[in-house]
Amino acid sequence: MSLFRKVSEPAAAKAGVIVTVEGRDVPVPEGASAAAAVLLAGSDAIRETGVSGAPRAPYCMMGVCFDCLAEIDGIPNRQSCMVTVAPGMVIRRQHGKRTVDTAVAAE
Amino acid sequence: MGQNGEMKQHDAIVIGGGLVGAAIAYGLAREGLDTALIDEGDVAFRASRGNFGLVWVQSKGVGAPHYQRWTRLSAAEWPKLAAELGQRTGVAVGLEQPGGVQLCLGDEEFAGRQAMMEQMRTEAGNFGFEYRMLSHDELAETLPGLGPEVTGGSWTPYDGHVNSLYLLHALHKGFVERGGTYLPNRTVDYAAAQPHDFRLGSGADEIAAPRIVLAAGLGNAALAPLFGLSAPVRPQRGQILVTERSERIWPIPLGSLRQTLEGSIMLGSSEEEVGFDTGQRPEVMQAIAARAVRTFPWLAELQIVRAWSALRVMPPDGKPIYDESEKFPGAFTANCHSGVTLAGAHANAFAPMVAAGALDPMMLPFSARRFDIPQAAE
Repeated sequence: MSLFRKVSEPAAAKAGVIVTVEGRDVPVPEGASAAAAVLLAGSDAIRETGVSGAPRAPYCMMGVCFDCLAEIDGIPNRQSCMVTVAPGMVIRRQHGKRTVDTAVAAE
Repeated sequence: MGQNGEMKQHDAIVIGGGLVGAAIAYGLAREGLDTALIDEGDVAFRASRGNFGLVWVQSKGVGAPHYQRWTRLSAAEWPKLAAELGQRTGVAVGLEQPGGVQLCLGDEEFAGRQAMMEQMRTEAGNFGFEYRMLSHDELAETLPGLGPEVTGGSWTPYDGHVNSLYLLHALHKGFVERGGTYLPNRTVDYAAAQPHDFRLGSGADEIAAPRIVLAAGLGNAALAPLFGLSAPVRPQRGQILVTERSERIWPIPLGSLRQTLEGSIMLGSSEEEVGFDTGQRPEVMQAIAARAVRTFPWLAELQIVRAWSALRVMPPDGKPIYDESEKFPGAFTANCHSGVTLAGAHANAFAPMVAAGALDPMMLPFSARRFDIPQAAE
């Protein structure tokens, strides 16, 4: 159960955008952030920290705290509160530190 | 006089609560001296909060063997200091000293580096200086994704790195735990110097001690003359970029590149002569990032999450200044741009000298009197 509730339904009930949070389809208002989608999905966490592995959920919602890091459309460590949802967006849990593909060729 | 009209007497006063002052104050307190530490606080320029966190030996003291030895001494004291701080304060400073490599781009850099390392070895004399020049292929075995432009690098076993913010915290905590008197958020309002008799007014306090150490970073330039000393230091700006946290890639620090224990990758370094301006310039940030990506192309995939600048405390010749006052015995200065690397020496070697009342003869070449040479005729 999420502790988060929408304060009010959006006026005129804007057409929803469907995104996927941890494999589950979630309708969210147009213009919402990926972090809002995580909260609306009822997820109790969207990452485990890179140092202690503690679970974390979106917190400041304004790009400061980095607690909402998630893998979005295959890109790790994104600040989900700073990313606007798009139809079909795939939001997944960030498991600790990101991995790096060191085989990237020099340009 | 202070508010209650009493002068508080100590065995030693240290001015400056950054890494240099805190390490010396910690060392003095451990030597059993009743020590007062005057700290301007985080409103100060505080290079200690902006530095790169290296315990770096391999490039220090070219043409100045005394500086190389002092740096080596500090690196050797570091494990003791880190262990002691951990034990007494519970703060793990995250010291790792696995050796380090400085990477070279192109043949010219490699040749220049090799010549410099060989000069260091020659100047070390009986003291010895272990290093190896490693080829691209040798390095690529332990450094994944090494860029094709990297021709090689210099390795020494002495280098390491540490979390410098935890270090500053641990030194402060350790100082107080050893009975030190911490006087934060203040500057020196007035000072009176006599041989072995120093009196300071600072805020509501008036304090006195037979020994005083000036370790106020860039503030030393103005303070030193009050004590018959000279500390001609200037600010030199450095900028740093920090990436998101990633899994551990590098087993060792790489000079201007290092990965912290927490996984962030720090990118440096730059040198700008811009006075007391602590701003940042995109051109410099771009140059730092561009060199890093030439060195490891995969770094381009990582996001930069923080960037900052800080002011180094730079003597005219780049080498530390340590001095004792001839006019007012008992007054000392410590000035350097390597507060992390030299913390071991400051806590475990310099502080005992101050406690004993005189600098060891090994410190003579560090005196600011080296700048007093009259302009020679061409």
